[in-house]
Amino acid sequence: MSSHSPEEIKKHVKIYITVFAALMVLTFVTVAVSYLHLSIFYTVLVALVIATVKGSLVASYFMHLISEKKMIYWALLLTVVFFIFLMFVPILTSSDPIIYRN
Amino acid sequence: MEIPYTIETREDTGVNNAKLGIWLFLASEVMLFGALFTTYILLRIGSADDWSQLNDILNVPLATLNTVVLISSSVTMVMSWASLMMKDFKKYKLYMGLTILCSFGFLIIKYFEYSAKFEHHLYPSTNTFLAIYFTMTALHGLHVIGGIIVNTYFWGPGSKMWNTQPERFTNRIEIAGLYWHFVDLVWIFLFPVLYLL
Repeated sequence: MSSHSPEEIKKHVKIYITVFAALMVLTFVTVAVSYLHLSIFYTVLVALVIATVKGSLVASYFMHLISEKKMIYWALLLTVVFFIFLMFVPILTSSDPIIYRN
Repeated sequence: MEIPYTIETREDTGVNNAKLGIWLFLASEVMLFGALFTTYILLRIGSADDWSQLNDILNVPLATLNTVVLISSSVTMVMSWASLMMKDFKKYKLYMGLTILCSFGFLIIKYFEYSAKFEHHLYPSTNTFLAIYFTMTALHGLHVIGGIIVNTYFWGPGSKMWNTQPERFTNRIEIAGLYWHFVDLVWIFLFPVLYLL
């Protein structure tokens, strides 16, 4: 923690302001795109891509993930694997072609 | 007995204990909100209603304002930590105070959103979309309240630690910041999914 000198922190502050501006722009882009009335596939894709970009900016710079130690990356990688599992396995159940008769 | 590794990093993890702890906690929170997002997906796929029509009752401008408010609170939160790193306690108090104010702003706007729904007799029991909408936004709101409590403690009585153990206090603010950014992150995904899709 004490490896950060005041000059380094000032550089970080510049980054924080830049990221803030980017997040504001992306927020308005998100809303603007929603008025375009794209097909459902593209609507979801664009919305999630923009949200992921915003989330990555928050995680990388506000949460300092971009300069974090390996241990944290591994914890998060594991989380991502489980999250993908969590998202897609339940959806696969609704595409199960087996019809259960009562 | 002193709590170990509050400032020093552990050789095996490369970080101090609090940082590893909070990231693991955030991982569990990803599962919690992830489960609700999956629920949303499944409910929407299986629904006979057109959810892109159902969410027309939601107030997009107000929610956009809330998004701006919460992102701003994330910036002020990281600035409060940066202020402590630059040994400027007064600035820390200012930025942390702003963070708490923004958080209250978020809750107030949310209160207007919810009360408008209730006035129009739109409740969680009205339809499936509203059920998942209220569940997800209320759970997120509870997380905001939790963050307000922690941040207020660190702004007020907890800030005394700056006089005795400044490095440990700075780390505490970094940890609180990580939690707060996660709350912001959840909203960044919640907003487009519930209001715009």
